Amino acid sequence: MAALLAAHGVSKSYGAFQALRDVSLSISDGEFISIVGPNGAGKSTLVHVLTGLLKPTAGHVHFHGANIAGIGPVELARRGMARGFQLVNIFPALTVRETLAVAAASRLKRIANPFRSLTRDREVRADVEEVADIFNLRHRLDQPASALSQGEKKLLDVASAFALKPQLILIDEPTSGVSTGDKHSIMELLVTAARKAGVRGIIQVEHDMDLVARYSDRIIALQGGAVLANEPPATFFRDPALIAAVVGTRPPSVPHKSAAEARPC
Amino acid sequence: MRIETSVRAVASPAAPPLSRPKGLWALLVIVVAMAALPLIASTYTLTLMVPFFGFAIALLGFNLLFGYTGLLSFGHAMFLGVGAYATAVLTSKLGVRSFELVLLTAIAVSALIALPVGYLCVRYTRIFFGMLTLAFGMLFHSILFKFYGLTGGDQGMRVVRPLLFGMDSAGGKTAFLTGPFYYYALGLLAVLGFVMWRIVRSPFGLHLQAIRENAQKASYLGVQVSRTRLAAFVISAIYGAVGGAILAVSIGLADPEMVYWTQSGNLVFMAVLGGSGSFVGPVIGGLAFVLLHDSVMAATQYWRFVMGAILVLLVIFFPRGIAGIAGDVVARFRKGS
Repeated sequence: MAALLAAHGVSKSYGAFQALRDVSLSISDGEFISIVGPNGAGKSTLVHVLTGLLKPTAGHVHFHGANIAGIGPVELARRGMARGFQLVNIFPALTVRETLAVAAASRLKRIANPFRSLTRDREVRADVEEVADIFNLRHRLDQPASALSQGEKKLLDVASAFALKPQLILIDEPTSGVSTGDKHSIMELLVTAARKAGVRGIIQVEHDMDLVARYSDRIIALQGGAVLANEPPATFFRDPALIAAVVGTRPPSVPHKSAAEARPC
Repeated sequence: MRIETSVRAVASPAAPPLSRPKGLWALLVIVVAMAALPLIASTYTLTLMVPFFGFAIALLGFNLLFGYTGLLSFGHAMFLGVGAYATAVLTSKLGVRSFELVLLTAIAVSALIALPVGYLCVRYTRIFFGMLTLAFGMLFHSILFKFYGLTGGDQGMRVVRPLLFGMDSAGGKTAFLTGPFYYYALGLLAVLGFVMWRIVRSPFGLHLQAIRENAQKASYLGVQVSRTRLAAFVISAIYGAVGGAILAVSIGLADPEMVYWTQSGNLVFMAVLGGSGSFVGPVIGGLAFVLLHDSVMAATQYWRFVMGAILVLLVIFFPRGIAGIAGDVVARFRKGS
């Protein structure tokens, strides 16, 4: 099956410092991939390269077969890849409806005419309400984003990326800043939303090994900018030395799901 | 493998609008009140209102950049000057007296100047954007001041009374300003106010607000940040030039003082006074400024000190301006009733 996103021999250097060394990976249709590694392993740089924000020093990244090196966020969104951030990243003064409409209006190319009525645009409204329903935000549509709870803000952040109707979504620690009790419910919602919205692949950067074990089809471990492992959870968590190298802890107590269960789409 | 979405997109016609249209109603109230003003107000008051219409139009544009996009320009008087000098050159040097042609020229020239200036400025934000616009404003002021043969230098350029819809009017300057030109300028405010209302409520307007709130996030949602900012800059410049054309006719002169940085400061003052957070706030601010300026100047020679003190008090105690105060009063009244 053709890869949705593929990186081949990607390296990234900042002067003498090499942040990524010959990284190759791919994500196929329907996969949920977790990128793990200790601080300084090169996860953030890899995410920036995979999302076209940074040009690799060597190697290339292809999305749907086209090179996306350094294309920037706008073109990335246009081509069908969305990105969520580690810290809550919202528009505080905009309502939930307006936040989702920002993405919907971009996707539907509504910007060329500055006199077009947004309130009468049924397609934008339908998109907004569809995504709000998926993320249980319908009752909050007319609330300013700043008035939402922390968990709801995180949901809105992710939901706005979904409003682009992406084929691939890359999320940096989707549950960071969220209470432990809410983490699994947010992840469940994310996977369910991906299934409903037709997202064909998810890449997450995650430190929480319980979440990684439960939801991933494949785990890519980085260390010192190089790929240390690229394994399904069942194999990954059978190797204590590998886990110790990545997080320095014992394997999580939560059993992982089978690949078929965890697939988002 | 791809599982089809189970959620059906159903457009609900009963869904609430993205924002309430109270700003448009407030503008309508101001326009109707101004249309009725000649029935009760003195000629002197009416002569004050014509510059207000010019400032109000310029402020609608200024606030597209400041209130909606989050870019505070300290050089926006440059575009007042573009409109004013376009009016002066056309009416007194080239003999073109049609005000419609004057406006079209002012719009075209302001857009031509705003494109390169904006292209350079909108790549920066906050104080850097402010300083760059200030620098361009001062550069334009220097050109007007030093190129005496072309611009009249510190003497400025005379503005000949224009024709409105091809018609000349009988009577003196005051009769023209408080009669046909009063309603013409008010009509322009109404039309351009409505156009601006459509702009801020469009997807383009929403993208401007998203940029103001969080430009990085906006870009990941497909918003062309620099291009959208540049479009706002150009629209804002066009409104400034139309406002400048009205000001030039009301004064009868286009002079470099209109472009000086203190005039840009006045635009900021007016926007803050009225409240840049609301659609109609800057228009209210423009009206309050014109009336305040006139009464304080008449009362004391230290009028700059008084105006400065008012601005300080306003920023500290009423950062949302007159529109914010009015909004709070209305909300309290509704809560109480």
